[in-house]
Amino acid sequence: MRLPDTPLPYLLLLLVFSAAGLVLADDDDGDDGPRSARALPQVSHPQWKQECSSCHMLYPPALLPERSWRAMMGGLDAHFGENAQLDAATRDNITAFLVANSADHTAARRARMLARSIPADEIPLRISTTRYFRRKHDEVSTEVFKRASVGSAANCVACHSGAEKGAFSEETVRIPR
Amino acid sequence: MRRSVVMLVALLLAGQALASTTSILAGYARDAPGGFSAARGRTFYTQEHRDKEGRATSCATCHGADPAGPGRTRANKVITPLAPSANPQRLTDLATVEKWFTRNCQDVLQRPCTAQEKGDFITYLQSVR
Repeated sequence: MRLPDTPLPYLLLLLVFSAAGLVLADDDDGDDGPRSARALPQVSHPQWKQECSSCHMLYPPALLPERSWRAMMGGLDAHFGENAQLDAATRDNITAFLVANSADHTAARRARMLARSIPADEIPLRISTTRYFRRKHDEVSTEVFKRASVGSAANCVACHSGAEKGAFSEETVRIPR
Repeated sequence: MRRSVVMLVALLLAGQALASTTSILAGYARDAPGGFSAARGRTFYTQEHRDKEGRATSCATCHGADPAGPGRTRANKVITPLAPSANPQRLTDLATVEKWFTRNCQDVLQRPCTAQEKGDFITYLQSVR
């Protein structure tokens, strides 16, 4: 077989492959920006923002299943050792929001995997005790979590700057010294 | 002309903030006829108590030794300063003030704060520069 003399067929091949590449490319190059398929959906509720981030970062509701949020909101006077009580109306509004956007009511893959990693008879209050979390952080030493710049495994934003926006991709992790 | 308008607005806002705190204090004064003291408030602020888990805790534990500076919660979140001199929004809304007294007195003292304690505490914070 003789190879073509003109560059045209080669240019055509190049064009076809480039086009195919563009068509098949996805936005999910590891960047957990708001457009990324891996980021949790960004949700909002004014009372939730107001009342649930005075003392800690704003944890995306998709990080815990419905039953966990219900348990947590039903025991705010003993919220991880502190009194975080709310008036009944505010508490109920926030609970409804959390439940509607909980891990078992969210389509995003990360949320579904997290929900599935929790046995049905468990009601975790700490995200960091879920099997999904432990699996994802199995290469992070306990020393890292104890660093002054991090504090504890509850302080997601220390290493995941986009945590409050649902962005947890490994590529965007920066562990502080 | 514009500068004096800006100054006037700033003065009015500051005056309004002060007026709010004053009326909050007046509310507590109804149940604390002896009057309030910044010195007592300072002692109250730094006084340590054993909390439910046995930890020695005071207001200063989370709000910092100096109320004009930031504090830190047990979950590592920064708390903006308590002293109005550093944070003019503080102590101007009764509902907010009461919400935090209800929670934090329960945590630190294992009981509600008295009107006397609340008034002394606010008087102390107002005195901090």
